[in-house]
Amino acid sequence: MSVLEQEEHGSDERAGRHKEPFWKRYIFSQDHKVIGIQYGFTALCFLLFGFSLMLLMRWQLAFPGKPIPVIGGLLGADNAPGGIMLPEFYNQLGAMHGTIMVFLAIVPLAVGAFGNYVVPLQIGAPDMAFPKLNMASYWVYFLGGVTMFASFFVPGGAANSGWTSYPPLSEIATQGQTWWLVGMVFLITSSLLGSVNFIVTIFHLRAKGLTLMRLPFFVWSQLVTAFLLLLAFPPLEAAGVFQLMDRVFGTSFFMPSGLVVSGEVVEVAGGGSPLLWQHLFWFLAHPEVYVLILPALGIVAEVIANNTRKPLWGYKSMVYAAVFLGFMSFIVWAHHMFLTGMGTTISAFFQTTTMIISIPSVVILTALLMSLWGASIRFTTPMLFALAFLPMFGIGGLTGLPLGLSGSDIHLHDTYYVIGHFHYVVAPGTIFAMFAGIYYWFPKITGRKMNDFLGKLHFYPSFVFINMIFMPMFLQGLAGVSRRLWDGGEQYSHAQGGLHWNEFMSWGAWLLLVAQLPFIFNLFWSIKKGKKVDSNPWQATTLEWAAAPSPPIGHGNFAEVPVVYRPAYEYSVPDHPGDYLAQNDPTETPTETPIETPDKTSGKEG
Amino acid sequence: MQIPYTVEERPDTGLYNAKLGVWLFLASEVMLFGALFSSYVLLRTGDPAFMTIPHAVAEALHLGEGAHRWPGELNVPLAFLNTLVLIFSSVTIVMSWASLRLKQFGKYRLWMGLTILCALGFMCIKAVEYNAKFSHGLFPATSNFLGIYFALTGLHALHVIGGVVVNGYLWGPGAKMWKTEPERFTNRVEVAGLYWHFVDLVWIFLFPSLYLL
Repeated sequence: MSVLEQEEHGSDERAGRHKEPFWKRYIFSQDHKVIGIQYGFTALCFLLFGFSLMLLMRWQLAFPGKPIPVIGGLLGADNAPGGIMLPEFYNQLGAMHGTIMVFLAIVPLAVGAFGNYVVPLQIGAPDMAFPKLNMASYWVYFLGGVTMFASFFVPGGAANSGWTSYPPLSEIATQGQTWWLVGMVFLITSSLLGSVNFIVTIFHLRAKGLTLMRLPFFVWSQLVTAFLLLLAFPPLEAAGVFQLMDRVFGTSFFMPSGLVVSGEVVEVAGGGSPLLWQHLFWFLAHPEVYVLILPALGIVAEVIANNTRKPLWGYKSMVYAAVFLGFMSFIVWAHHMFLTGMGTTISAFFQTTTMIISIPSVVILTALLMSLWGASIRFTTPMLFALAFLPMFGIGGLTGLPLGLSGSDIHLHDTYYVIGHFHYVVAPGTIFAMFAGIYYWFPKITGRKMNDFLGKLHFYPSFVFINMIFMPMFLQGLAGVSRRLWDGGEQYSHAQGGLHWNEFMSWGAWLLLVAQLPFIFNLFWSIKKGKKVDSNPWQATTLEWAAAPSPPIGHGNFAEVPVVYRPAYEYSVPDHPGDYLAQNDPTETPTETPIETPDKTSGKEG
Repeated sequence: MQIPYTVEERPDTGLYNAKLGVWLFLASEVMLFGALFSSYVLLRTGDPAFMTIPHAVAEALHLGEGAHRWPGELNVPLAFLNTLVLIFSSVTIVMSWASLRLKQFGKYRLWMGLTILCALGFMCIKAVEYNAKFSHGLFPATSNFLGIYFALTGLHALHVIGGVVVNGYLWGPGAKMWKTEPERFTNRVEVAGLYWHFVDLVWIFLFPSLYLL
């Protein structure tokens, strides 16, 4: 199809766009931008909800057995009689905090929202390859979210066996666990539909001249992420089906023979393997860690290149590292299982692969750090979050090494050290990158900038308070405090040394909530009152900034079909008057590389 | 602006969008069934009693004295017949696609109709098998072997039903597209065919590993 024909179709569609009824335009929309916003809004709501579950837990940890002030009475007599939290309820909060944050908040935000909104724009596509699938993917995710949320109100409450749902505990748990499994089947289906869509879109709908090595790093990160979602989730689906059958039909895939519960032998056929669940679960859940972190690295790369006004240092190494990371993430899962008795030979294998996988992560982080070298940095709000991401992710990554070695893991396994480690990766790591992304792309989405002062009022306190929560966890963990204690370790003599931190950490958590208020206000206020901007307020090079501010709804994002002439980050090009050259800027420069058409390149992906 | 490569192939990948999409989907399906088969292997090797028919069951079925082993009670002739039915249906769906390529819509209807009938026939035979198990008191909870048998064949049956829905749509209401966009319709049939071959292939692995080994 020629460019001319495409444009004619485009004008037809733009003319007919206004006839669409409201529900088709905004509710059951097939436009990637609307779907991205739907994903973003829903995921942010779940992020706040998951956060508030943790705030309740932190009360219990700081002041065990004391009634929860103000809202304690609202939790119901089944959960917190007299406002005092029951252990069963604490377990529900723990399991659902993890589930909601991972599967309903961060992944939908990182992939569903940013991926949907930004990827088609960055590759100059009219929309995703399969708009109907895209819509289905959001609504199936929504159903999964509703199922998870509703499970709080069934008898016995929500799932309470941890976000990992290890059997046999999860097999004898209350019916909330069945709801959890059904919810997970929805979420797995949703991410399957989404990942197929992303991969086809990135391989097939790139603008003319946008070769794979000219892709913005964010698109690469989404591509690798999509492969992880595509291939890692199905084994969890298999595991979910098995656990569902165990619970509903009485099979014993995960039930060992002769299991004694409450002094009685459980009446099942037996012969099952609880370890099998762990293998299937972590086969998903380790790649899932990289699903959480890769889009974040992508966003940070975009923001850093833009605000240092330099090309990314080592773009190619970053791409190769991301692909290698994706591949390796499939063969490290059992480092979560060193203490299950699966054998030292297997442990040796998995600790070796785990040490190897830290290399590509360090390559990417080093490249981002080196990108800062010698730059005159613009300290915009998104840049502050991106800069904070680097050391926070670094701490999260480095503290993972002692966990990845099977010797030191014996001491640290299942302690608060683990909680501290992965929260540094995901909370001040990924979530900060998500904030960077929101501040960075908000002007594209709405045509207005978010308020800078409020943004800084959001950033600095958040940075302090989030460290207040997680840094002491390393101390408690090293002291041996188990991560699953309802009373915060009060009745454990070995835990006493680190308990005085609990109150401090809880204050950090509650203050972190307060620090989010400027953000929430800013987000809504700026939609109507933010400073109006043109299409490229950050003077960025990538294609999404070639589209109009708040691009019109309907397939076809660009006034004219973009053609790409150069790599993604041509900032401060020598002998060029401006300090940046957009990818679609046809200006010839002395360093110009010949234009490659998409026909010449093949889909190279590891 | 329309979405490119819905009908024509992109030169560098040699595929149109839906074909790349279905290959990716099938890759994901391989991981699903891979996990299911691996679990079967792990459970079978991990439990020495996995293949032994429980004593109470053997007694209820009047199998006589001595040890009895799975898959002794599974119906091999019926499953073999089902294998033939599915392999035949894989041929017919290729014929339906080939008919469209030759612009013979009538023949397409015939071959696609046969494919759907084969799938329904497969489900009927499966239902007879399941029914025989239930009436003998053999349920998923009876033993882990039966649990695996029902889980794997059950998920495969769900895939067959999915195929019937898709092929039924392409045979009936979806066939209208032949008049407006014949090429795109042919592509749809090709994609449905790829999926159907996969469903067939899964059964070809299921049959020996559950019924024969």
